[in-house]
Amino acid sequence: MTTELTRKTATELVDLLAARETTSVEVTGAHLDRIAAVDGDAETGVHAFLHVDAEGALATAREADERRSAGTPLSALDGIPIAVKDVLATEGLPTTCGSRILEGWVPPYDATVVRRLKDGGLPILGKTNMDEFAMGSSTEHSAYGPTRNPWDRTRIPGGSGGGSAAAVAAFEAPLAVGTDTGGSIRQPGAVTGTVGMKPTYGGVSRYGLVALANSLDQAGPVTRTVMDAALLHELIGGHDPKDSTSVDQPLPALVEAAGQGASGDLTGVRIGVVSELSGDGWQPGVMNRFQESVDLLVKAGAEVVEVSCPTFVHALATYYLILPAEASSNLAKFDAMRYGLRVVPEEGASAEQVMKATRDAGFGDEVKRRIILGTYALSSGYYDAYYGQAQKVRTLVSRDFSAAFEKVDVLVSPTAPTTAFELGAKLDDPLAMYLNDLATIPANLAGVPGISVPSGLADEDGLPVGVQILAPALADDRCYRVGAALETLLTDQWGGPLLAKAPALAPTTEGATR
Amino acid sequence: MPEALSRDEVAHLADLARIDLDDAELDHLAPQLAVILESVASIRGVAGEDVPPTSHAIPLTNVFREDEVQPCLTPEQALSGAPEAEDQRFRVPRILGDEQ
Repeated sequence: MTTELTRKTATELVDLLAARETTSVEVTGAHLDRIAAVDGDAETGVHAFLHVDAEGALATAREADERRSAGTPLSALDGIPIAVKDVLATEGLPTTCGSRILEGWVPPYDATVVRRLKDGGLPILGKTNMDEFAMGSSTEHSAYGPTRNPWDRTRIPGGSGGGSAAAVAAFEAPLAVGTDTGGSIRQPGAVTGTVGMKPTYGGVSRYGLVALANSLDQAGPVTRTVMDAALLHELIGGHDPKDSTSVDQPLPALVEAAGQGASGDLTGVRIGVVSELSGDGWQPGVMNRFQESVDLLVKAGAEVVEVSCPTFVHALATYYLILPAEASSNLAKFDAMRYGLRVVPEEGASAEQVMKATRDAGFGDEVKRRIILGTYALSSGYYDAYYGQAQKVRTLVSRDFSAAFEKVDVLVSPTAPTTAFELGAKLDDPLAMYLNDLATIPANLAGVPGISVPSGLADEDGLPVGVQILAPALADDRCYRVGAALETLLTDQWGGPLLAKAPALAPTTEGATR
Repeated sequence: MPEALSRDEVAHLADLARIDLDDAELDHLAPQLAVILESVASIRGVAGEDVPPTSHAIPLTNVFREDEVQPCLTPEQALSGAPEAEDQRFRVPRILGDEQ
């Protein structure tokens, strides 16, 4: 019974709770058991979690059950357990951002997203692993060791939110929250066979989200189905006065759009295939699955055309100037004075010496690379040539989107150029690592929403592939409609969800003795 | 085209960014940074003079709120993560160097 519960979608669990066929305590307990059995440590397990809060989650679950009994649930998802990426501040739970510099830090406040989860009655299972300060595409840059892909534990789960994606892929949680600065929700979704949605910039509050690049960061849902993502998005999204960049207007009807799409009918929807997001360097198995998805969209009644977005070829370089510039500034707050690590190099060391020693010991290689690159891009004499130019190209990327959305309702591309690669394969080759986000970065630069939906397994390696659907800013509902339609058509073809094909995970030795 | 980023420049930038890199780290990171910089330099000249810069994807004007008293962190909460605290204050190492 408990195994069955972990296989259910959040939507199914909501129905079971409403019908009194199970309880939040049972559901939450089943997921905690699953975590104990397969999560293990960085050496052997999935290692999706950096911290598990069994006691807190079960206490919340008991309260949720009382509310259900009294007929007063706090939200549609009351009692459904969830995992939260370790970049969101959680009062009373450690928040490390995958970094040594924040090891053991327990925030005195909740991020708005976390507040909304708590106000909605969702038990928080724990905090998920990530690349340090969300810098990476493989979760290998976590100071606490990598997360492993549940499809093949020798491979990466994507990044930076590999922990959140692996947690839902390994049935350790029905729902998770991720954050996406250049693809950190969508690319892990693609390589783990799960759904990841990056909302419109400002659609979900950034208050309490430890900033990587504040003009690009966006939190969003990590789930196994499009409908589950819509339910979670409606709970965490919407205006927040504590975030000045929060969009001050109601969310579109996302659950309704997902429901409409699930019929599988896309008559009259205009879809553009981005010409620049294919070609050399794209794995053939990824392109095959993408082409099949496009064919299905045509069968569903959509009108599919090819659309050129010529500036997208410069998006990666633009991003790797804007992001380090913002990151170098944001990470200046880790100064060993108010919270986090303090390393005193010698007796009587000055504040500046302490700061330097702490930042050397507390930050990993990728964080150092990006801080130094950002410091360079912002320095006088180079500002116009690099950061200033990148901001201009950002305008051109947005113009490409605007022009495209005059012709079509949504754009589609493969989410990532390849399937999951071996752990360690690109760890010390930053440029090769950066290429994983080739297709996802343009949406962050322009602030538009994008969803990644599983599109099958690549022929070469039998590993998951994702298709990305991009919509105009504030039209997140289109991602859900088209995403749900594609999901319906593909699962009908497969005879069930893609994750049913994932290998069973043997319990880790640590889990077995726990 | 920009001159390649030298090891000395990386050392200087690390200093500005308050990161104490030792020789081994400089040997490791400096060549990688030179490669990354060479790659991102490809955007030079892509956008003309007439293209306005975008700092923020979704256009925003100043956002104001009512100036109302709201609950905030207690001193204990604010100091809860401090490496060192004393008398409800953050205790920091000496600020001035020997030469000052």
